[in-house]
Amino acid sequence: MKTYTYTEKKDTRSGFGAGLAELGRTNPNVVALCADLIGSLKMDEFIKENPERFFQIGIAEANMMGIAAGLTIGGKIPFTGTFANFSTGRVYDQIRQSIAYSDKNVKICASHAGLTLGEDGATHQILEDIGLMKMLPGMTVINPCDYNQTKAATIAIAEHHGPVYLRFGRPSVPIFTPADQKFEIGKAINFTEGTDVTIVATGHLVWEALEASKTLNEKGISAEVINIHTIKPLDAKAILDSVAKTGCIVTAEEHNVIGGLGESVARVLATHNPTPQEFVGTNDTFGESGTPAQLMDKYGLNAEAIVKACETVIKRK
Amino acid sequence: MANTKELQDLTTQVRRDILRMVHKVNSGHPGGSLGCAEFLVALYNEIMDRKDGFDMDGLNEDVFFLSNGHISPVFYSVLAHAGYFPVEELNTFRLIDSRLQGHPTTHEGLPGVRIASGSLGQGLSVALGAAQAKKLNNDTSLVYTLHGDGELQEGQNWEAIMYASAKKVDNLIATIDLNGQQIDGSTDTVLPMGSIKAKFEAFGWDVLEVNEGNDIDAILKGMAEAKALTGKGKPVCVLLKTVMGHGVDFMMYTHAWHGKAPNDEQLANALGQNPETLGDY
Repeated sequence: MKTYTYTEKKDTRSGFGAGLAELGRTNPNVVALCADLIGSLKMDEFIKENPERFFQIGIAEANMMGIAAGLTIGGKIPFTGTFANFSTGRVYDQIRQSIAYSDKNVKICASHAGLTLGEDGATHQILEDIGLMKMLPGMTVINPCDYNQTKAATIAIAEHHGPVYLRFGRPSVPIFTPADQKFEIGKAINFTEGTDVTIVATGHLVWEALEASKTLNEKGISAEVINIHTIKPLDAKAILDSVAKTGCIVTAEEHNVIGGLGESVARVLATHNPTPQEFVGTNDTFGESGTPAQLMDKYGLNAEAIVKACETVIKRK
Repeated sequence: MANTKELQDLTTQVRRDILRMVHKVNSGHPGGSLGCAEFLVALYNEIMDRKDGFDMDGLNEDVFFLSNGHISPVFYSVLAHAGYFPVEELNTFRLIDSRLQGHPTTHEGLPGVRIASGSLGQGLSVALGAAQAKKLNNDTSLVYTLHGDGELQEGQNWEAIMYASAKKVDNLIATIDLNGQQIDGSTDTVLPMGSIKAKFEAFGWDVLEVNEGNDIDAILKGMAEAKALTGKGKPVCVLLKTVMGHGVDFMMYTHAWHGKAPNDEQLANALGQNPETLGDY
């Protein structure tokens, strides 16, 4: 079995910051907007190098989404930056009408998604954003898994015409994907080959899935770990090919099981190849204050929970 | 350069288009459309510096954003007469498979429309982005907008109004259709807004008033003054005092025709008050 290790941990938001800085140097049409969270979004480098292409909007996210839509009308490629909560729920109608329905080339970049935002608590820990964004026609939804993948995704979405929701997070997590990767929107990545169970994971849960696969291997269970970084459009073929071998699947995400990646996968399976599935995610609940590790443990979003879900789903075959 | 008579004739024809469009589908918003007919005719035919044809980016030409999208009938008629699409297409307003949706959209590829509007309060933010993109592109042309007065009750406007002066977006002229009416009644009964002029001034805008907002010459004069104020470090607001339903006596001075179409008899009466000028579509 192929195993993954890491030598360094970093936050995915810093991957976004590094990708944005690189875009600042390579693509003169890229502009950035922020609603008073420059430091949190790691946008400092882009701003320092391209002050004329940065727009500080102040604490006014609705205005930010509208201004971003307007900037595309002069051929610019706007990247908006704020927390995931304020990037989605707070401005849903602005995104819906001025960006998605108007087919504007805006990149909505959202940090501090999910429980791992930590101590600030449930007001800031959105667990519904993937659902909100994937329901919008024409919206691409991406949730990368580590620093390198987030950086590569940030660079890749500038080349894609159309609205994109890019979701990343606050905590330091292992870097286990290559620095020189080419990010292909909508293309799943197979991390391990397996025959007993498929684990489809996104975002911070990908590393947990790899850890789970090691434990499962020790128990004699062969798990195939697939990284779905693009929740929409979903790589249905990768999922169907894998379950054709394994016959069961576990989805894992730092998001409500209602409206998340798991439901997108379930729709593909129900339509093409009904397959037993277990869902690792939050169960129709808000979060709370705590350290990221405590929260992921309490809400069952870790390797241990994935192992249990795999054992359960295998029995259902 | 059109003369006032030509602009007036076009306005009368636009009024006929509006009435016939909403009558045909028994839906749509004639009141505010009629009230803004002179303004949009003057804007597209005299005030704005436009290129032939349409491209989304609108580089090196003035661009316009309609924030109060429900007055789509007047917008569509003016766009068609300005050459963006065939006037006959007004026949398809609000019908299935039409590019002329109930509220304006880019989604069906209708030339002349650069943003969807209808959910209120979003147009000024979009216009600010377009204006700032023009500055980045060293494009010295202007951005124009139109908003309802009731629409100013939406909070996003005030985020945008605050931002515009703070960031010195001085290549923008925002016009407020001050007709004093909204769906549930007069703005003073629904939610009194006090002095809109004082509010814009307090937020750091230059404000001009056009008290005869249904008079072509008054509009041209006011907008020329507004244009002269651009480029001086402040955004410019024009308060355009109009009469909802203007040009049709029984639709004037009431909110009753905000979103209601005339019946056959009412249409005949209304068209009688606005005799054909350029020919009906």
